Amino acid sequence: MAKHRGRGIASINYPIGMNLGGDPSQALVHSNPSGKFTVSLSSIDLGQGMKSVTRQICAETLGVPVEDVYVDTADSDTGPHCMGSFASRGTHRVGNAVMAAAKEARGVMMEAAAEELEVNAADLETDGRGTIHVKGAPHRSISTKDVAIAAQFKQGKTISGRGIFLVPLSEVNPETGEMSPATCYAHACLVAEVEVDDETGEVAMVRMDSAYELGRALNPRLVEQQLVGGAWMGISHALFETPEPYYPDPAHGPRDFVEYLMPGPGDICPHDIAVLERPAADGPFGAKGPGEMCANPVLPAVANAIFNAVGVRMDELPITPEKVLRAIKAQGGARPQARR
Amino acid sequence: MLELRKDIFADERDDNLKEIGRGTQRQDMLGHVTGTSTYFDDHKLQGMLHLKVLRSPHAHARLRRIDTMEAERSAGVRRIIRGADVPRNLNTLLSLINFGKDDEPSLAVDKVRYKGEPIVAVVADSPREAYEAIAKVRVDYEPLPAVFDVEGALKPGAPVVNETYPKNTFVYHDVYDHQKLRFGDVERGFAEADHVLEQHYQMSPIEHAPTETNGSIAAPDTNGRYVVYTSTQALFFSLDTCAKILDVPSNTFHFIGGTVGGGFGGKVDTLTEPLAILGAMLTGRPVRYQLGREEEMQFGSPRGAERIYIKDGVMRDGRIVARKIRAYFDSGAYTRLSSYAVVKCVAHLPGPYTIPNVHGDVYCVFTNRTPATAMRGFGVTAMDFALECQMDKLAHLVGIDPMEFRILNAYRDGDMKAHRREAKNTALIECVQVAAEKAKWPLREEMRRMSSRKDGGGSRAAVSPTPLEPAPQGAAVSQQRTTYDRAPPATIQPPPPTPTPSPPRPPAPSPSHGATRFSSVFGTRRR
Repeated sequence: MAKHRGRGIASINYPIGMNLGGDPSQALVHSNPSGKFTVSLSSIDLGQGMKSVTRQICAETLGVPVEDVYVDTADSDTGPHCMGSFASRGTHRVGNAVMAAAKEARGVMMEAAAEELEVNAADLETDGRGTIHVKGAPHRSISTKDVAIAAQFKQGKTISGRGIFLVPLSEVNPETGEMSPATCYAHACLVAEVEVDDETGEVAMVRMDSAYELGRALNPRLVEQQLVGGAWMGISHALFETPEPYYPDPAHGPRDFVEYLMPGPGDICPHDIAVLERPAADGPFGAKGPGEMCANPVLPAVANAIFNAVGVRMDELPITPEKVLRAIKAQGGARPQARR
Repeated sequence: MLELRKDIFADERDDNLKEIGRGTQRQDMLGHVTGTSTYFDDHKLQGMLHLKVLRSPHAHARLRRIDTMEAERSAGVRRIIRGADVPRNLNTLLSLINFGKDDEPSLAVDKVRYKGEPIVAVVADSPREAYEAIAKVRVDYEPLPAVFDVEGALKPGAPVVNETYPKNTFVYHDVYDHQKLRFGDVERGFAEADHVLEQHYQMSPIEHAPTETNGSIAAPDTNGRYVVYTSTQALFFSLDTCAKILDVPSNTFHFIGGTVGGGFGGKVDTLTEPLAILGAMLTGRPVRYQLGREEEMQFGSPRGAERIYIKDGVMRDGRIVARKIRAYFDSGAYTRLSSYAVVKCVAHLPGPYTIPNVHGDVYCVFTNRTPATAMRGFGVTAMDFALECQMDKLAHLVGIDPMEFRILNAYRDGDMKAHRREAKNTALIECVQVAAEKAKWPLREEMRRMSSRKDGGGSRAAVSPTPLEPAPQGAAVSQQRTTYDRAPPATIQPPPPTPTPSPPRPPAPSPSHGATRFSSVFGTRRR
């Protein structure tokens, strides 16, 4: 009886947004008279950071500091329509809508600034810190606050913008399945190392190394949060979770977190992540979205690592100690494969 | 630890940005870490009532009689709601985008189709009084045979789960009991292959397990409107679903949400809002309906189970030449969103690899269990598990390193994908290379030099001649099984020189209720 280590890999891609498209999102951006901007959405922040990502997109597009933008989400009386927060669509779809709205608002802001500075709007640029100035002449400048005051009280202009993003709906051929499912895809490859106890069937995670390609990491801290958390969910899906432990027999369903097993702090492992950025042609600043796909490579990588460790193929999820032990017994004992 | 590999694809990016790419602290961080962010359940309204539902103890049963007399007299009870009180007591979520038929009641009427299906709702002064009243509802059940296995549900004589779909499968394009993918000729591929490997995989259901369970609070507002605080993941999706079920104009509702305690796909189904609003309409008081933990785990929709069969043909040099897949999505008793996931799954085949011959048949099957719904990686997670386990087995079979096996088969820019679109902006090879580097997994120099941007297209952009089965006439062929394990289809039609033309667009149905149908955008989604 012994513990055996093994490594397994998996590589995947993942479509961004609702399959076939046809899932619009809208955004409204407006400035108050002090040059502080509000983004109005009906999109939901599930904890993934939707408000923060759209805030950065808006600030970058307007050319103002992120502190001057506040994102207000999910009020059906004030926020325009959004399909919802699912299908890895937040960053891509809502981000693009916010970008479009911010571009329109920026256009008005630059026109208003041009009027105050008595120059052509095309000759102006933003410094990203709250000042608009003539290109090559930073001293000929005006603050976004003064522009907003002038627009509101002197010029009678509304510094605001509307944005919508829609990938047109694709049809599906009934006979061949020909379709346009998505405009861009995220990618990943993950290596999992496990330790399998051939006496108990228990699988312990040792470490994970991965590479994720996401178009652009708009906020690397939020990306890290998604990828680390998503990989935990992958471990959980691979080794622990189901409300029907004897599926398709529905008996013995768990009713609470005592009976529904998920990994605790002692069950997770170090995870070293690399992020690659190949910008999507239609992503906001090239961004795709890390939301869903980060969990997916973990499940097969763990199963493949178990094979490498003890020589059994685990083709049914979740891979519980009972299933591992039965498979090892049926094989007549652990058969470690060549170490990788 | 997260490392940004800015050196890769650097020529495709402008990195001269000010706010983008910075790890700015979240806008809502302070509220979250100090416990002051507002969730739906933080709204304690004056005179708020509580709604709970009676759930079926049977997986499949006819409802002979429902007696609520004693329950109505129970202490604290303000209102009992039955199916007949729901204005439009039949809905399917994706009717908002004109996909699928209404198949699920808010409260069961003639029959229950899964254990835990709501039958009667009780609105009372406290949750405890609501539960006490529910215990006094008498229901006369006639248990019916139930089916829990997806392939069992397709056998002749299997119990009919959901009368809207009498063959126990969702109907695609009005004729098929599954969505097809046909690209090249897999049978020819298998005949040419050095090895053929056939395997099957199973994923059990999975619970979203959000910290905050599904819930909502609905309250009468001024001017005949209702304000609804909700945990939904999709504000207008839920709003329009409620407008349809309650048969009122959508601007009757003011939905407020946006801060949610975990969703993962489990808060799209609008499980609580329609009954909470109906409770508020019938009592004139604020009504709160939130699932308990046991309800969330057993009767809130899970990620559905999937059963997947894969048959691959591979050459000794590691090239995969044919991949044939048959998969069954267990939708549970109602459609919810599984019908959509099937099409997404078909689009995902055969994974991120260039394979000249691909054949897929994916089914959305009804069984007598809690309806399944979306979850992180919807339509793809289980298929990726199956595909990547299969890739490992194939690599082992032909004696090639599993990393190199993936690089060898990876799709590249310019390749033709099985859904007949050109691959662009691919990066699988680079991900494998970088993951190998991180894991100190040795790759040969020639593998390290491969690129997603090189050597794609050309012969890899071709669509091979594709034999198609004769299209069925009229009626659904629902119980017919595929020829998966048998000889190639007998009728080989001449390969079409170009992809089959798209079917004509059906006329957009006229809206018959208060909900916005987005029909100008989605009018063609019904197929």
